[in-house]
Amino acid sequence: MTTAVRGAPAAKAAGAPRPGSPRRKRRRPALPYLLLLPALLLELLIHVVPMLVGVVMSFVKLTQYYIRNWSAAPGAGLDNYKFVLDFDTATGKALAHSFGITVEYTVLSVGLCWLFGTSAAVLMQRSFRGRGLLRTLFLVPYALPMYAAVITWSFMFQRDTGLVNSLLGTHSFWLIGDNSFWSLLIVSVWRNWPFAFLIVMAGLQNIPGELYEAASIDGAGWWTQFRAITQPMLRPVNQVLLLVLFLWTFNDFNTPYVLFGKSAPREASLISIHIYQSSFVTWNFGLGSAMSVLLLLFLMVVSAAYLAVASRRRRRASV
Amino acid sequence: MRMRTTASALVLALAAATTAACGGGDSTSADGPKELTYWASNQGTSLDNDKAVLQPELDKFEKATGVKVKLEVVPWSDLLNRILAATTSGQGPDVLNIGNTWSASLQATGAFLPFDDAALDKVGGKARFLGPSLAATGANGQPPVGVPLYGQAYGLYYNKKLFKDAGITAPPATWEELVADGKKLTDPQKGQWGLSLQAGQVTENSHHAAILGAQHGANFFSQDGKPQLASDPAVAAVQQYVDLMQKDKIVNPSNAEYADTAKSLKDLVDGKAAMFMNQASTGSFKNIGADMANIGVAPIPLPANPPANGRKVTSFVAGINLAVFKSAKNPDAALDFVKFMVSAPEQALLNKTYGSLPTVQDAYGDPAFQTEDVKVFQSVLSTTAEPMPQVTQESQFETLIGTAMKTMFADVAAGRTVEAGKIKDQLAQADQQIAAGS
Repeated sequence: MTTAVRGAPAAKAAGAPRPGSPRRKRRRPALPYLLLLPALLLELLIHVVPMLVGVVMSFVKLTQYYIRNWSAAPGAGLDNYKFVLDFDTATGKALAHSFGITVEYTVLSVGLCWLFGTSAAVLMQRSFRGRGLLRTLFLVPYALPMYAAVITWSFMFQRDTGLVNSLLGTHSFWLIGDNSFWSLLIVSVWRNWPFAFLIVMAGLQNIPGELYEAASIDGAGWWTQFRAITQPMLRPVNQVLLLVLFLWTFNDFNTPYVLFGKSAPREASLISIHIYQSSFVTWNFGLGSAMSVLLLLFLMVVSAAYLAVASRRRRRASV
Repeated sequence: MRMRTTASALVLALAAATTAACGGGDSTSADGPKELTYWASNQGTSLDNDKAVLQPELDKFEKATGVKVKLEVVPWSDLLNRILAATTSGQGPDVLNIGNTWSASLQATGAFLPFDDAALDKVGGKARFLGPSLAATGANGQPPVGVPLYGQAYGLYYNKKLFKDAGITAPPATWEELVADGKKLTDPQKGQWGLSLQAGQVTENSHHAAILGAQHGANFFSQDGKPQLASDPAVAAVQQYVDLMQKDKIVNPSNAEYADTAKSLKDLVDGKAAMFMNQASTGSFKNIGADMANIGVAPIPLPANPPANGRKVTSFVAGINLAVFKSAKNPDAALDFVKFMVSAPEQALLNKTYGSLPTVQDAYGDPAFQTEDVKVFQSVLSTTAEPMPQVTQESQFETLIGTAMKTMFADVAAGRTVEAGKIKDQLAQADQQIAAGS
């Protein structure tokens, strides 16, 4: 998804080849394709093939009896899908619950990351003493190695010895029970908002200063400038940013895995962890794959719909 | 890892396993490869400690047979996944340690060499091994999937000083006494609790469900292997365990997030908890600087009035088995290595070092196994221990019942009530999920 988006401006910049230009024709040798080949092969090997294998797995009964010899696994038809989508069973209910939690988590996390990132970037648009230092400081969570950072949080969230409880003067549970959802959200926002900050900051630097000068001569205040100049000019950046944050957050596996271990609490059971549990821990790879394929379909549909709406709006805006 | 599909995770795992296994048995000579790859589980205080313990022994084996053993110590958190990946890809070690509770599950994959009588004879004969340990090597009526290497059993560790201060002269002899002593020893104001539990640890929860379940007469699987976790005796067993925190209030609610042994051991040593039910852990106690003179151990007590059909069980047959992959390039050398590892001198030396129990009769002559602590565990293992259910879905059973109990403890810690109806409901869901996986 993201490749397509990133590719779009590049194609525009290169411009369409002028029809009938003989030099153009001669300049289309195999070299560019050859250069693309390694990336293409790796993409196939690392992304496409495993995905297809996953799709195949979702149609067979791949349990511990057959993992040694996949080809012997009996076909399951649509049974795996029927089973995980049967919301009367424990498995279906757990999947639906996990999906709900993940949607809630994603909406809140993406929203907060965007809000914090945009606010910080806008507030730091004008130069002031210490701006460089602050920028660096803000980017620290994003630069820290994932495991080290999240493990530190898990220590801080411990009930008896954690920093969070001793600062707040409370004696609450953060890693189990109702609060576990909020712990997960806090860590996720803490980790991802600098990315939003970075992207919006880059976007702001592309807005010509004359626009603001002209606006302030016309008597526009800070808020009007933000609404009439900053926001519209940032729209293309925001479109990509929100999509990328959405995909990352919805798929997030590391944060809950490092924070809670193999079995996340019910209140923070994100879908990726749930799928991991359903396949690796219970050794039923067919069911796990069916869930993964459903997740993939969902993300594809959402991304495609989002891109369609976004590009229609862009076209309407440019008319 | 941004998880895209389970498949990509699996393929990555396979790739990792392939890389790890590269080189194992590649140096072929006329008589077959003179090299074995061995995955050891983490038995010592760290992975490096295990290497330091095992390498000199592997060198001895190489000297005697000319076969070099390449060692990799795999942490417990990765071991089962690594074995699954190796099973799937066919690219694994030649010899490996497995948790004995996984025996029947791994047996079902058909990837391991069955230890039939002929194979057992090659490693010293069936009669040498302790009966209970040999019973935890696979499904009934099938040749074992490995041979017992390290024996383990549960016992009740207690802090002698706290007991003395409270005027209690002996460890509890019945479950009722355990609860009563626990209450006497609990003083939340002082930060002192009667008992410590690893209530956030899935596997530990499942072990205690199995032990208490046996005392209540529960069978978690029917004769023909169907899951029946939600039986009344099973519900009563889980309730009894959860009630230690909920009703008896002898367990610190913070234990609901305890997921590793070290914390409970430390609570016991520091006097924050008076008792802790665990497998033999002398090595781990020493590792945190415990004064062993202050730590006593006794069998986990049985109820004063056992329920009808209840079994006299205070531990499951815990331990580590040594298995051989069918894909081993030099099966004879692999069996020679197994024979070496279960020989009396190696059994005495390794179990002494790790604080576990030998699995062969002839190693018990060593004075190290004549201490009182060891005798407690040895007696538990030979008289009141039964294997975890030896069924193919054992690993699913542990995960599902253990996770359900972890959630129950979280609920209790948050002040919610966990009563029998709720427990039955959760166990019935686990039944459904196991059935789905089989």
